[in-house]
Amino acid sequence: MDTPRAQSGLPTSSLILDINGIAQTVEVHPWTTLLDLLRSELELTGTKKGCDHGQCGACTVLIDGERINSCLKLAVTLDGAEITTIEGLGTPGDMHPLQRAFVEHDAFQCGYCTPGQICSAVGLINEGHAQGRDEIRELMSGNLCRCGAYTNIADAIEEVLSAQAGTPQREAAE
Amino acid sequence: MLNQSKTVGLPVSRIDGPLKVTGQARYAAEHFGPGMLYGHVVSATIATGRIRAIHTAAAEHFPGVVKIYTHDNRPKTAYRDSRWKDAVALPGHPFRPLENDRVLFDGQPVAFVVAESPEAARDAAGLVQIEYLSEEPHTDIVAQRHESYEPPVPRMKQFMPPPPRGDAEAAFAAAAHRVSADYVLSGEHHNPMELFASTVLLGTDGALTIHDKTQGSQNSCDYICGVFSLDPGKVVVKNSFVGGAFGQALRPKHQLFFAVMASLDLNRSMKVEMTRQDMFYLTWRPSCIQTVSLAADAEGHLQAVMHHAVHATSRHEDYQENVANWSGLAYKCENVKISYEIAKLDLATPGDMRAPGAATGMTALEAAMDELAYAAGIDPLELRIRNFVHRDQNQDKAITSKALHACYREGAARFGWAERSAAPRSMREGDDLVGWGMAGGIWEAMMSKGEAKVRLSVDGSVTVSAAASDIGTGTYTILGQLAAEAFDCPVDAVSVEIGASDLPKTGVEGGSWTAATTGSAVQAAAKAVIKTLLTHAQSMENSPLKEAKVQQVEIAEGRLVLESNHQIGVSMVDILEAAGLEAIEEHAKVGPDMLTMMRYASYSHSAVFVEVKVDEELGIVRVTRVVSAIGAGRILNPKTARSQILGGIVMGIGMALHEEGMIDHRTGRIMNHNLAEYHVPAHADIRDIEVIFVEEDDDMASPIGVKGLGEIGIVGVAAAVSNAVFHATGKRIRTLPITVDKILQSEAV
Repeated sequence: MDTPRAQSGLPTSSLILDINGIAQTVEVHPWTTLLDLLRSELELTGTKKGCDHGQCGACTVLIDGERINSCLKLAVTLDGAEITTIEGLGTPGDMHPLQRAFVEHDAFQCGYCTPGQICSAVGLINEGHAQGRDEIRELMSGNLCRCGAYTNIADAIEEVLSAQAGTPQREAAE
Repeated sequence: MLNQSKTVGLPVSRIDGPLKVTGQARYAAEHFGPGMLYGHVVSATIATGRIRAIHTAAAEHFPGVVKIYTHDNRPKTAYRDSRWKDAVALPGHPFRPLENDRVLFDGQPVAFVVAESPEAARDAAGLVQIEYLSEEPHTDIVAQRHESYEPPVPRMKQFMPPPPRGDAEAAFAAAAHRVSADYVLSGEHHNPMELFASTVLLGTDGALTIHDKTQGSQNSCDYICGVFSLDPGKVVVKNSFVGGAFGQALRPKHQLFFAVMASLDLNRSMKVEMTRQDMFYLTWRPSCIQTVSLAADAEGHLQAVMHHAVHATSRHEDYQENVANWSGLAYKCENVKISYEIAKLDLATPGDMRAPGAATGMTALEAAMDELAYAAGIDPLELRIRNFVHRDQNQDKAITSKALHACYREGAARFGWAERSAAPRSMREGDDLVGWGMAGGIWEAMMSKGEAKVRLSVDGSVTVSAAASDIGTGTYTILGQLAAEAFDCPVDAVSVEIGASDLPKTGVEGGSWTAATTGSAVQAAAKAVIKTLLTHAQSMENSPLKEAKVQQVEIAEGRLVLESNHQIGVSMVDILEAAGLEAIEEHAKVGPDMLTMMRYASYSHSAVFVEVKVDEELGIVRVTRVVSAIGAGRILNPKTARSQILGGIVMGIGMALHEEGMIDHRTGRIMNHNLAEYHVPAHADIRDIEVIFVEEDDDMASPIGVKGLGEIGIVGVAAAVSNAVFHATGKRIRTLPITVDKILQSEAV
């Protein structure tokens, strides 16, 4: 792979990350964010850059099951972490229940905030706080959608949430 | 044509949906190639003046930096302005990055750093030092309104005000009920979620493949071929997926210019991605001040309508949009005077943003209609019904269809409007004041020239292609549906190829005309394929379709059959095999029907009803319920159509309550150029929204009966919210957005 980032003469650290179930050794500069590592170096472009300031949520991924803005996380701090990106949740032929619900409810238009919304929704369900629509709205407010698909996003998450509430034994999402 | 339907009209899920929800859809910055370089723009930190000196030495020594471009060393580009004018260019002088030492607006790109990594480019950009000779900026539309002028060169003839009719001033003076007020709208920023980006992949033969964030791949392609004198045969621009745009990506942006410039100069592939901050220095919805005066007789019949609008433009271009003309055609009135001017500010050139002009002008008109309703003591909905008009009085033309009565009726019923008590501050729930407001919306139903190709293969698969764009609008899906309908096949048997400049010619994706235009082109090309099929079928031995005319046949279950009797027909595979063909491909061109356009005007209409709850002590407004009833002709896909309207409503709520580009007028600089300080609606701001599409048959607006949906959803929403705030609080707030401070500082009337 072409790795323009690991520039000669500049410091790097070696770390092991489990990304979507595959352990990988990566060399990163201390200033490289998890977002830039995923997007530019590993070409996992499903994780989106919308502001690079932790203001929009487009870059949301799961670290050890918790949702986080990957633009605010330096990769070098993550040695040994388990990272799940949108690519790790499902594929077009084998979608995660939330991915299927997003398609069914038309919970996106341009699709750019969508991976972040879905990863955030997985994290939300893992947290176990959201019981209904008002909580979904409140707890998803870190993920902006400029196309205005909010009501459909809430519908999609509510559907998956209530399906899981009906099967309490099942591990939440993931 | 508009009758039976197996696919069109059904709520089909987006065919590009699975790619989008799994992160497989690739946007402009998400393409890779060997030897890629990265660019970062240095933006001006003054609003107007000159660059005295640029010091690049420190940045040049930063590890990984390849080259720094300024106005002193930029490569040669086209001399004439005409070469820089894209398809959506405005009267005036198009902006040329790094043209000279002049700074025309805050954030103007003044240097460009190329490096081996994006971080190196970014960090080195921070080391470029610029000395400016700053001049006094003028960025406040309210202060500059007296410097306004009528645009000497109209952007479009129909943006110019219609001639006055009747005597509006005299009728206003004589009328029983009068209202007149100024309405101020802050500048807004589109903020699509995707950052503007261009990736230029250099081929071995010098050909360029460019992934660009644009609403028109062919517009971007023509622009760079003009600016850099490139052979159009060696450039392909792609925009397979566009992460929102809302008008901001109609014109090519400077990241495209820089990416191509550096790629050609350095002979390397290039990627340039803007920052969110950079995107506030681009195209914006202009700040606008409007004076609307309405008068009615004792029964509420409009006697006079006067509307004067002044909005911002830049120093170098005359941006224009149709703000005020809607006031001459929305309601029946014989005495109308409309005027429209622009004023130059030291800011970037404004541009089209969702329902450009209408979103601004109808907000003022529909707020004024609410004020008139209260002045006359008539229910706001009833006032509109009393002033219904069946004709476009501006152009003195008939209207192709106008199901606005149905919008009023169905919207009001669903909302429960009849339960409203008229007096302001008369409805409460707990500590909250409750307000119900409504407004009407209107947008021009347009169709432009467009082309498409349709290919039917011997395996039954269908391919549709056109250089159209899907900016979240559902273009992929509706084109697939139209082709599936024509060939009576499942939508997943159709592959839709759009988003590339080498596909059949299509205009930019804007103005709500893509479905009408490209959809009609696809239908025409599909018909041409069927015609060719019939010709081949008729040359088969003992063909049962020997005498059939093309109007009498259709495709059903893989066979070309008589419409009147499906028993009579030939299988498509047999026809192709008999003709020795692998596939039939036909190309079609469509355009508006000039004869119809001479006699008719065509518009989509809406009625939007809003409930707000206001905590007066804190000044907080919540939009708790919205019902929007839309009359927009035929709905190809109620699922994606509904989403378009939802999106318009959400952006309209933003316009009413949140969105405000804040400028420090002392320095002329934008203060809130980020998503934490420029508020767009978030999940918690948006509660229940209901969308109703009323029945509306229209076979004149476009050959497929479609009027377009991208704009109409937002029009009137901000007025409905502001009218609801008045109903809740008795406070008439005429400067948008209606923020906490304005609620707290206003007096109830």
